[in-house]
Amino acid sequence: MARIKFTGAQHLIFWLGWIGFGLVLAGMLHVKPGMPVLNAIYFGIGISGIAQLSAWSAGFSCRTAPLAKTPSWRLALTHLAAAVLLTLLWMQLTLFLAKVMNAVSGWEGTASYVTFRTGLIFGAGIFYYLLSVAINYALIAQKESQKAQELALESSMRAREAELSALKAQINPHFLYNSLNSISALTSIDPARAREMCVSLADFLRLTLGMGEKGVIPLREELGLLEKYCAIEKVRFGERLALKEQVEESAKNCLLPPLLLQPLFENAVVHGIAQMPEGGWICLKAERSGERLMLTVENSWDPEAGSSRRNGVGLKNVQRRLEARYGSAAQLQASAEENVFRVTMQFPAEEEAKK
Amino acid sequence: MRKWKALIVDDEELARRLLREMLAQHAEIEIAAECGNGMDAVKAAAEHKPDLLFLDVQMPKLTGFDVLELIERENTAVIFVTAYDQYAMKAFDVHAVDYLLKPYSRERFEAALERAKTQKTAKPLDAGELAAAARPAGQFAERIVVKDGTKVTLIPVAKLDYAEATDDYVTLVSEGKKHLKQQTISGLEMALDPAQFVRIHRSYVVNLERVARIEPYGKDSKVAILANGARVPVSKAGFARLKELLEEKK
Repeated sequence: MARIKFTGAQHLIFWLGWIGFGLVLAGMLHVKPGMPVLNAIYFGIGISGIAQLSAWSAGFSCRTAPLAKTPSWRLALTHLAAAVLLTLLWMQLTLFLAKVMNAVSGWEGTASYVTFRTGLIFGAGIFYYLLSVAINYALIAQKESQKAQELALESSMRAREAELSALKAQINPHFLYNSLNSISALTSIDPARAREMCVSLADFLRLTLGMGEKGVIPLREELGLLEKYCAIEKVRFGERLALKEQVEESAKNCLLPPLLLQPLFENAVVHGIAQMPEGGWICLKAERSGERLMLTVENSWDPEAGSSRRNGVGLKNVQRRLEARYGSAAQLQASAEENVFRVTMQFPAEEEAKK
Repeated sequence: MRKWKALIVDDEELARRLLREMLAQHAEIEIAAECGNGMDAVKAAAEHKPDLLFLDVQMPKLTGFDVLELIERENTAVIFVTAYDQYAMKAFDVHAVDYLLKPYSRERFEAALERAKTQKTAKPLDAGELAAAARPAGQFAERIVVKDGTKVTLIPVAKLDYAEATDDYVTLVSEGKKHLKQQTISGLEMALDPAQFVRIHRSYVVNLERVARIEPYGKDSKVAILANGARVPVSKAGFARLKELLEEKK
């Protein structure tokens, strides 16, 4: 159970309650039965002090019977029963104390004053206990709302962090340098293609940089980005890179966080295709079955090549970003069988609103 | 002066074409061959014995450093051509002439060529030192590259039974086959994970996982019997090392 820490507000409530209730009781004992003012105040605050204990215990019973989850009859029963029991106990103590005080000089007759007001004091006790219950519930609710806010903030920060690192991973400098080198080569071999590749590269970078800020994009847009990326890599690898695609039409309108597929493609190129002298293939599948969207990126690879590079930073990023948006409703699996490496993602299908 | 022979090694065709174009202006240099991967490069180097080698680092299966381990470097000036600047430093560790960072300008290319022509190459490093330079600190070799004629074989360290020093070479025994590599036994020892490979003798390094048992041999010495029946002599110092390691493992 969480340690009970008292905030400033709680301290204030505690002291106010004690003194306040004490004064009320004092009033009851002074007005009408006529207990001397000072005596009444001391006595009132004294027994109020004892009452604080039961008020404090109200906190425990509130925690075991959360407002939202407990049926009303249970709530009423629990708190009323506690109120009655505790107040009775408190009354006994009060009367005992009053009898004790009788023997003290200057305090004669205390017991009879108290007995005179038994009913009222009992009522006040019950009321005070129930008030404590209410206040405890209020304090619990406040703390929960605070916690929820902190959680929301943390979650959004993590999402932003993940997007930033996904973005950083996109601006892969080696991809850039190799592509620029290819353009450099093309300038004299095939100037038209050199220009084309320059533009493709610029478009790709522009798209990548623009995407980080968007919460979700339609799959169609991610596919557009992938096309640009693959066009650039095809110039570098030529025949060594074969691309296959099986994308359902109904999947293209689905919304998803940007830059989920591009890092997977990049992994496929760097760890798969580039590691094989004869090159390989990458296959993208997108299926929509009812409320779920399933994306698969497969590539051929050589399990024996470059075994140490399986650190999967890009994959971890993708996983974190899926979690940030879909929580446990998203699944990501990476598997390798024989010569095929496969990453599958599944998450709820959301369609873009019809414009 | 006779023409210089150059060898171009890069897995990207455009990168090779670019180098070819840059070299076209140099009548004194003739391109002996172009290779798209490390295996072909080793073959071509043996065949043509180039004076000048343009070598990419990131290539499938065999990296540029692996290639260097396997070729005769006595009279070859090596220029690394790579997009990765982390290898630029290592280029000098392994006594390459220069490195070109992709994308490079003609000026930069010409400068590298000039260095190759005027500079006397320092004595090339031992294959083990080369491999060590190429690896990030703290990591050990996951495979050993060896050459049989012009055929390149990659031996995963897990499949290496033991190694025996033979003159200037080591004989690597793996899966029933023996491979020769121009390397010192100490160089090999440095490259391998000391938790798995032990120098049990001045001339032998053995894979701990292959050792079935150790038997006394003759009066003073011992012999290690491997799982496949091979017998490898164990020196006193070697035995002490072995014991220490086995104690640690418990």
